[in-house]
Amino acid sequence: MYPDYMQESLKLVERTRADRLKIAKSGEKVFKPMTEKERGEVLSKFHPDYKEDARREVRVGPNKGDKITTEVADLLESHSRIDSSLFDLANPAYETDVLIIGGGGAGCEAALFARNEGANVIISTKLRLGDSNSMMSQGGMQASVNPHDSPIIHYLDAMGGGHFDNKPDLVRALVTDAPMIVTWLEELGVMWDKGADGHYVTKAGGGTSRRRMLSARDYTGATIMRVLMDEVKSYPDDIKVMEFAPCVELIMDDKGQVAGGVLYDLDTEEYSLVKSKTTIITTGGFGRLHIKGFPTTNHYGATADGIVIAYRAGAKLLYMDSVQYHPTGAVYPEQILGFLVTEEVRGLGAQPVNKVGELFVFPLEPRDIEAAAFIRECLERDKGIKTHTGRVGVWLDSPIIDMLHGDGTIKRNLPAMVRQFSRFGIDITCEPMLIYPTLHYQNGGIEINERCETNLSNLYVAGEASGGVHGRNRLMGNSVLDYNVFGRRAGINAGQRSKQVKLGKLTLNHINRYEAELKNAGIKTDRISPILLPDYTPKEVKDRQLTAHYEGTLR
Amino acid sequence: MGKVSIFIMGKRYNVPEGSTIITALEYAGFQLKRGCGCREGFCGACSTVYRLPGDYKLRTGLACGTVVEKDMQLVQIPFVPAEKVIYDISKLTPSVDVFQKLYPEVFRCLSCNTCTKACPQNIEVMDYIQAIIKGDIEKAADISFDCIMCGLCAMRCPAEIVQYQVGLLARRLYGKYLSPKGEFIKTRVKEIEDHKYDKELSELSSMSKDEVSKRYYARDLDFKIT
Ligand SMILES: Cc1cc2nc3c(=O)[nH]c(=O)nc-3n(C[C@H](O)[C@H](O)[C@H](O)COP(=O)(O)OP(=O)(O)OC[C@H]3O[C@@H](n4cnc5c(N)ncnc54)[C@H](O)[C@@H]3O)c2cc1C
Ligand code: SF4
Ligand code: SF4
Ligand code: FES
Repeated sequence: MYPDYMQESLKLVERTRADRLKIAKSGEKVFKPMTEKERGEVLSKFHPDYKEDARREVRVGPNKGDKITTEVADLLESHSRIDSSLFDLANPAYETDVLIIGGGGAGCEAALFARNEGANVIISTKLRLGDSNSMMSQGGMQASVNPHDSPIIHYLDAMGGGHFDNKPDLVRALVTDAPMIVTWLEELGVMWDKGADGHYVTKAGGGTSRRRMLSARDYTGATIMRVLMDEVKSYPDDIKVMEFAPCVELIMDDKGQVAGGVLYDLDTEEYSLVKSKTTIITTGGFGRLHIKGFPTTNHYGATADGIVIAYRAGAKLLYMDSVQYHPTGAVYPEQILGFLVTEEVRGLGAQPVNKVGELFVFPLEPRDIEAAAFIRECLERDKGIKTHTGRVGVWLDSPIIDMLHGDGTIKRNLPAMVRQFSRFGIDITCEPMLIYPTLHYQNGGIEINERCETNLSNLYVAGEASGGVHGRNRLMGNSVLDYNVFGRRAGINAGQRSKQVKLGKLTLNHINRYEAELKNAGIKTDRISPILLPDYTPKEVKDRQLTAHYEGTLR
Repeated sequence: MGKVSIFIMGKRYNVPEGSTIITALEYAGFQLKRGCGCREGFCGACSTVYRLPGDYKLRTGLACGTVVEKDMQLVQIPFVPAEKVIYDISKLTPSVDVFQKLYPEVFRCLSCNTCTKACPQNIEVMDYIQAIIKGDIEKAADISFDCIMCGLCAMRCPAEIVQYQVGLLARRLYGKYLSPKGEFIKTRVKEIEDHKYDKELSELSSMSKDEVSKRYYARDLDFKIT
């Protein structure tokens, strides 16, 4: 139930529904998609990335002089958590062929394929194995599994979504591996949505020109992740999983190669060294940096750690000036602020409408365009709906889905969504949802090639931590695909390479060098990174946390 | 905003009305390391048990999706001890024998329904366990689909069954062996293996941004054919 002050607007939504349903049923587009010029306009005026203070120059490191997202620049211009002189590098606690940093989708996939190559693997992960953005994806994964579709069309859609800044070789890898990934996952036991004839159920998504989104109800990520984790745990002799043990710095050798990582035990606050022939970073995204103050859809550990440690070691970043705001984050009730309303809701036909019940944008524009159009509707045109906590949003008319496709469609296809809202007394089968853009995805990251190699020897990156696959804007369903495709490739390549690597003497000198660079650039700060976890302790509590000296705790 | 008092592991704290248990813990000053993952009801990291005043019932919930109530007493259960049975999925046959061998305790189910009552996802947990006993793997896979492996059912089960592991096995067996298999996917994978698209992809990859852009805006949108 929505509060009284929203009822008038809700009536208007109901009143316009019949007409909107008619257009949708006719097969016509419910609203005219934007031209290239219109897209450019709405982006530059309303997308948060284009705000004055959204980006600033980073003053140290491989991307010195580039303008990047301000909050990321702050993280990069921070001190290390460790004092390199305290570590006995001659005696690492663990040695392995492949060290994987991050136990989400890309990490698990990489582990399985590195093992296939005969490599021993250690996975260092911050929380529990699988506590990750991969666990949360609802909508689905793109793959051209329909006859009228093809890798070529998938390629074009991905390039267009990314405004043609995507690295072509990466997109090519993405679209050509996709159908094979679908079968591979199925052979492990992933339950894709299918028709009675076994053909995959496919849906349209923002920026796709075909139905290409495969799903597993709206627990797609969880379905895949649970199977991958179950597999990873099936080979305890070959894959060692270290939970609550995030990596806080890379280790190098005296030949300038990456040679492992420094792990920090979150429970006991001990550090340990892992020496590894090859290293794969799969630490995911940065939603918990709350860029520009936005709420986020991301899991608790999404704090850009991999970017920070790779950058200190000298890895180049790409497109770190670009942030993806998902157009449909929940605004009401406050308890689920920023939570994702999956794009599948629009894929199934739900329409965004303003406070007077009018359509104002084609529902399936690429995400950045759609998000910017929502912001314009609320801020410039004042056609948003305000909440008592001072937030604003537009309606996403979900009940129309059942009218389009038959009663029960919402319950069957969107159980997670129905559950999420019903926990707080809103029934999305007969009431719309109130939504506004929310911080969702790290478009850029560490630059890789199609073998997942970086500019540093023996360092590989896959998944959301990498940059280049999606240009400056990712399309829905391409990142679940991304972590599968590139997680696999990273595992294979790092696994193979580990057989040939000869490591020199281990060193942490790069940290001292970086520290010197900070000093030379005149940067004075008490910031420490990676931050590992966001800090949600309220100010009034902090004001009373007055211990004079903290030794090694998070605070 | 109004405050309510709650008991976190027996100690009283005043926290904002309407907050979820996770945000209440953080408001109180706890910096969570365990018991917190996705914060949106997908990962099962935040299992919590609680009692309300004047109520004998031990309730269960997800800390990220349960709103605090006055004088609620709560504790998180961030970890459930349970062993994962090791198996090679490619060597199993999708039948009830598999469960007899790997998870024999399933057959000790007392039909007490405690698991169902404990489930924060409102899954009919007992029904999926019973489906397995009857050999209906498809039904078990279907009912258990939304399981987030929070472990609360297993913590409460008098027969010491680890339901969520059993459900996962059922879903893997169904997905791999029993779900209907389509034909076209094989054709598509074969096309790609035979390099059918390589030439055109090479052309596209070497085009200028402008040329790709032209091809992009000229492409047709076609959602009707499946
Ligand atoms: C709510 C939500 C819905 C989504 N829906 C979709 C969708 O429908 N379709 C789609 O294609 N994409 C979707 N995405 C995006 C997609 O899920 C992610 O981009 C993708 O899963 C990222 O995978 P990953 O393996 O790269 O990172 P993650 O899965 O996030 O894994 C990163 C892992 O690294 C760990 N880690 C972090 N720092 C460290 C450290 N210092 N040391 C060790 N470990 C560390 C984390 O704890 C985590 O386990 C969604 C994302 C979210 C948040
Ligand atoms: S079935 Fe058990 S493990 Fe799964 S969600 Fe329900 S209570 Fe949690
Ligand atoms: S709690 Fe255990 S014994 Fe009781 S119904 Fe559930 S599975 Fe059976
Ligand atoms: S934190 Fe993931 S289910 Fe609550």
